Amino acid sequence: MNRRQILASMAALAGNASTAQAAELSGEMPWEPGQAKVPPLPDPGPDRLVFFTLAEAEAVGAMADRIIPADDLSVGGKEAGCVRFIDRELAGPYGRAATQYRLGRFVKGTPEQGIQSPLAPADRYRLGLAALDRHCRAAHGKGYAALPPAEQDKVLSAMEAGTLDLGVVDAKEMFEQILQNVREGFLADPLYGGNKDLVSWRMLGFPGAQYDFRDVIDLKGKKLDFVPVSMIDKTL
Amino acid sequence: MANVHPKVDAVIVGLGWCGSLMAEELTRAGLTVVAIERGPWVETAVDFPPSVDMDELRWDTRRAMLLPPAIETITFRNDPTQKALPARDWHFNEWGYNVGGSGTHWAGMAWRFLPFDFQPYSMTVERYGAAQFVDGLIVQDWGVTYDDLEPFYDRFEKIAGVSGKAGNLKGEKIPGGNIFEGARSDEYPLPPLKTTRLTDLFCEASASLGYHPFMVPAGQTSAAYTNPLGVRMGPCTYCGYCMYYGCGNWSKSTPNNCVVPVLMQRKNFSVLTESTVLRANLAPDGKTATGVTYVDKDNKTWEQPADIVVFSAFQMQNVRLMLLSKIGKPYDHATGEGVVGRAYSFQTVSGANIFFENEYLNQFIGAGALSAQIDDFNGDNFDHTGMDFIGGAGILVVSRGARPIGNADFLPPGTPRWGSEWKKAYTHSFQNGTFIFGQGTSFAHKDAYLDLDPEYKDIHGLPLLRLTYDYNENDRRSAKLIEDKSVEIGKKMGAKLVVATNATNQHASPYQLASDHTNGGAVMGLDPKTSALNRFQQSWDVHNVFVLGASSFPNNAGYNPTGTVGALTLWTAKAIIETYLDKRGPLVAN
Ligand SMILES: Cc1cc2nc3c(=O)[nH]c(=O)nc-3n(C[C@H](O)[C@H](O)[C@H](O)COP(=O)(O)OP(=O)(O)OC[C@H]3O[C@@H](n4cnc5c(N)ncnc54)[C@H](O)[C@@H]3O)c2cc1C
Ligand code: SF4
Repeated sequence: MNRRQILASMAALAGNASTAQAAELSGEMPWEPGQAKVPPLPDPGPDRLVFFTLAEAEAVGAMADRIIPADDLSVGGKEAGCVRFIDRELAGPYGRAATQYRLGRFVKGTPEQGIQSPLAPADRYRLGLAALDRHCRAAHGKGYAALPPAEQDKVLSAMEAGTLDLGVVDAKEMFEQILQNVREGFLADPLYGGNKDLVSWRMLGFPGAQYDFRDVIDLKGKKLDFVPVSMIDKTL
Repeated sequence: MANVHPKVDAVIVGLGWCGSLMAEELTRAGLTVVAIERGPWVETAVDFPPSVDMDELRWDTRRAMLLPPAIETITFRNDPTQKALPARDWHFNEWGYNVGGSGTHWAGMAWRFLPFDFQPYSMTVERYGAAQFVDGLIVQDWGVTYDDLEPFYDRFEKIAGVSGKAGNLKGEKIPGGNIFEGARSDEYPLPPLKTTRLTDLFCEASASLGYHPFMVPAGQTSAAYTNPLGVRMGPCTYCGYCMYYGCGNWSKSTPNNCVVPVLMQRKNFSVLTESTVLRANLAPDGKTATGVTYVDKDNKTWEQPADIVVFSAFQMQNVRLMLLSKIGKPYDHATGEGVVGRAYSFQTVSGANIFFENEYLNQFIGAGALSAQIDDFNGDNFDHTGMDFIGGAGILVVSRGARPIGNADFLPPGTPRWGSEWKKAYTHSFQNGTFIFGQGTSFAHKDAYLDLDPEYKDIHGLPLLRLTYDYNENDRRSAKLIEDKSVEIGKKMGAKLVVATNATNQHASPYQLASDHTNGGAVMGLDPKTSALNRFQQSWDVHNVFVLGASSFPNNAGYNPTGTVGALTLWTAKAIIETYLDKRGPLVAN
């Protein structure tokens, strides 16, 4: 990418405040009333996939349910909306690694030098899920989503340990990517399509989008029974 | 051909704390000043009102306010025999990218360094002898002392609206404040922030061990405040969406809240946003700069002529701009000669993760700098005789606001990272788990340095900065002591599980996220052979170039840098206004 392309793709980035006020500012605070820059909401309805194929969504849903299983603490990752969350993220700037440095040669380095891979998150899912499907079919005769939970856990553990060979995609890198994104879907504000009914915040006792604790800060060490609040309550 | 702007008295590259404080001083003295800032204008009411600010995914996980590595990053290697590779994803260079710089999203711990930190060479030699320095360590005095800077610290604290309690007022030690600090001429402008369960536990435990706990001076307003520039701030609400976030309450000490509103009223100030300076241009004799070249957001190249050029683009970018502008002699690792890129330091971090049994720490309540600390093992506050290292660390706990995504891996060792067991353990740790943080001194070493990468380029096609860095033996030794002390305090606090942590047990990595504090590379000093800048942060070689930021630090203290960065900026501003404007030459003979 050249500079112009990078800046263009940056401009599409959620939260990268910038547009109206460029050029020379002088003489007053350039303040625009009524112009809060809310994060852009993806528009498709709740259940329409924008990135995943149905098969991919099934596999990711099955993984989300192993990473966040339904139990007495919460519903499972799939029901919490993790697939919808990841689907939307991958369709946007995050999926194409818009913020990452992607210039120059990709050379394998030391662990300290971090991931040196030309794969953006969306590529990692697309290629990785296909490779995982081939692996599961060869080893077990069916795709990941159709495996019994104990087998699904074993596959995930092998990815986590880096002992599974997924060809072009580094299995450990893929595991870390999925783990991070499933957690994000479970734990982020429901604004982004996951954390249905604030299920994870209820589990943790996290108050969510509350901005003033002066009334409770002196209740040190006490259980504070917050009803968590989402940004949706305020922005929509 | 570049387009040329009308000449100004001073051009300021980067409008963070350094740039805005310098602009305020110079415009008040009547100079015409243009600031050129790479990032966009941001505005409390538009960019971080409470309806959009409390968004962990956007601001913290996705780092929406920071400079994306896509635009500029560094290359990294641990030692000169390796090939440096680019840090491609978010890493410890969490650079600001808006008017306000990193000062918009910082945590706000607003420190003064100790008198020792400015004179580590002479004070160490005097107390222990030169044998105290490990091989290859670069230790040198700054050329300014704590006493030189005291009035400027005081001014910075008042502009920023810092909340704290003095521990040494004109030589009188005051319990409850930091009794190890240098003598202060005045109290903090605001009383300390409220305390939390965590800071109380820490203070009780460390006091019972005979140490001297105090609340960290905080760039969050403990009450409504009007600063000396006339800007009003509202009281902090302890929302905890502070570090990595803007503040929707005008309560955080940021350039945007404390300085920029005043600048924008001045007719002799303007800022060019979304414009990146590529270099300063030198006159044919190389003794002065004629101005800077920058690229605007439409990729148009401009020249901004100026009589004074100020680099205040943050430590790393300052060094890179010096190298790209060919100001000062680059450091040559093989010969040890040259100064630009030399004497890079970081932060030595060790401590302990601690897990209680049955607490409600409620760590989502907090503020960026709401912390309690002891300085008993910082700087030279303890006797190092027989210890074979110098320095130490501030040891602290932070109630800066815990968020669900960011803490998901904060678990007792051996806990599964997913599945029902993770959920159970995380739910417990979210209320019961926290850490004791040793924020340590860091001394430069001959093998740690900055130069231009031979291969990788930024989006303008200019070489990235290359960092060659690993911890040195002095770091490892001081980190071990701090680790042990942190474990001792953690146990005393009543934690059920205390796990020692120590960044220096591994090779350094940009992904370790031990600290954001990178220092040096264009250091100030008394000798042009070992410093790029004189004691007024003026280039030894090009006298109308002044360089502001932690790039000037010959070593890092066991604190966060910004109080010192701010004080040094005001110190330099005074030298420019009172002396340089008449003299127009080197302020120190070389
Ligand atoms: C997460 C985080 C937490 C922190 N917490 C603390 C803390 O608690 N206490 C503390 O003391 N410090 C803290 N710091 C460090 C603190 O933010 C910095 O020390 C301080 O903001 C540095 O100020 P500065 O003016 O030197 O640089 P910056 O604030 O980085 O400003 C530099 C400006 O220059 C601009 N710029 C860069 N290159 C160019 C170019 N080529 N052309 C034009 N413009 C350019 C940048 O966009 C930026 O706006 C923290 C930092 C981070 C990232
Ligand atoms: S903790 Fe205080 S200063 Fe920080 S963002 Fe919240 S209100 Fe602002």
